[in-house]
Amino acid sequence: MIMPLINGLKITLKHMFMKPVTLQYPDERPTPSPNFRGLHALNVSHNKAKCVACYLCPTVCPAKCITVEAGEDANHDKFASVYEIDMLRCIFCGYCVEACPVDAIKMTQTFELANYRREDFVFTKETLLEKK
Amino acid sequence: MGYELFGLPMIYYIAMVVKVLVVFVFVLLTVAYATYAERKIIGHMQVRLGPMRTGWHGLLQPIADGVKLFFKEEIVPSQADKFAFLIAPVIALVPAFIGFAVIPFGDTVEVAGYKIPLQIAAFYDTAAGKVIDLNVGVLYILALASVGVYGIVLAGWASNSKYSLLGGLRSSAQMISYELAAGLAIISIFMMSESLSLQKIVADQAGLFGWYVFKQPLAFILFFICSLAEINRTPFDLPEAETELVSGFCTEYSSMKYAMFFMAEYANMITVCAVTTTLFLGGWHGPAFLPGWCWFVAKVYFLIFVCMWIRATYPRYRYDQLMRLGWKVFLPLTLLNIVVTGFIAR
Repeated sequence: MIMPLINGLKITLKHMFMKPVTLQYPDERPTPSPNFRGLHALNVSHNKAKCVACYLCPTVCPAKCITVEAGEDANHDKFASVYEIDMLRCIFCGYCVEACPVDAIKMTQTFELANYRREDFVFTKETLLEKK
Repeated sequence: MGYELFGLPMIYYIAMVVKVLVVFVFVLLTVAYATYAERKIIGHMQVRLGPMRTGWHGLLQPIADGVKLFFKEEIVPSQADKFAFLIAPVIALVPAFIGFAVIPFGDTVEVAGYKIPLQIAAFYDTAAGKVIDLNVGVLYILALASVGVYGIVLAGWASNSKYSLLGGLRSSAQMISYELAAGLAIISIFMMSESLSLQKIVADQAGLFGWYVFKQPLAFILFFICSLAEINRTPFDLPEAETELVSGFCTEYSSMKYAMFFMAEYANMITVCAVTTTLFLGGWHGPAFLPGWCWFVAKVYFLIFVCMWIRATYPRYRYDQLMRLGWKVFLPLTLLNIVVTGFIAR
């Protein structure tokens, strides 16, 4: 009856000298794993987005947060004239990345998505474009 | 300084005031930083950091907490008994602090030709050549411990809230169960020292193996655990069980009145640690390279650390377990200890 009590005390004393696991967040920053699903980015190739507006991502999206509108450019190629993701609806499942046939969308390590206004949570094509 | 008042030299009164001020400020500061130490120690025991952002490693946290509580709104429930509601925190706080009056925290020091004992309620009788202190010091402390529970019971009743009332009732039941065992545990000390004066008890414990903890290890453990129960520390914090009673007796309290309960809790912890040090750990006795009061403070701080260590380790007792432990385990053990001491001590 007494030994378990003493063992408990031993464990807590041992833990006191361990290195704390706490991350002092705003000062120290975490490094997310490579397959972490954060904010989306549209891949760029030859100075324009790779997206061909095939509508597979809004179709597969379970949260219905992606809005795509197709347009035609000077070379008569199909491209996404509007590409918006509503981050308030997005569940970061990554299905859009899996569904994309041309590898046009990826997910980054960015996880700090706080904002002051609701409108700012709708990320447009310009803000989503991959930063080089 | 040749001036006399009521047959005692003036230095006696000056020394008294200085001792009271020093001890009071010291205990207050310890109370403040015990809250910080508790959060830090428990944090590290849970492999966390504890407070880090207020000052260097959170060192200003007690001040920030104090200022925050001070500026909170005072709320008195409309159905509460106003007088009892307001007086309860005071009743809880005052006994917690005045227990220190009889605790000897150091050897006699000599100032301007007068010998001053480092104990508030004591003076050096030059004619008899010895320190005179309250000859029933331990009884005084036990009595104050019992008065302290009135604050909690009154708070629970005056709040006019079911959780508070349950907390207050639990507290009184717990007090009665454990006070008995605590009182009986230290009877074996009186049997060995043949005195209730703390000055005499400390004097008897001179020398390393003269400490009563070596002669009465069972009494030491029982008294310390019972004291934890008496001051409502974990694992016996049923009166303010947050998870089941929404903080028990202090549910309806806010602002400085809540802070007073908090201070009382920590001051009680310090008092209990000081009493345990005095009765079992040789008071201010220790190797001569440090003055007596340093040893006293070190021992008290060590016991405070043990309290926090226990808090970080054990979950709360269930009510029936608490009662069983008090009446069926501790009480017979203390009685047995008294009988055994009676045979062995002489």
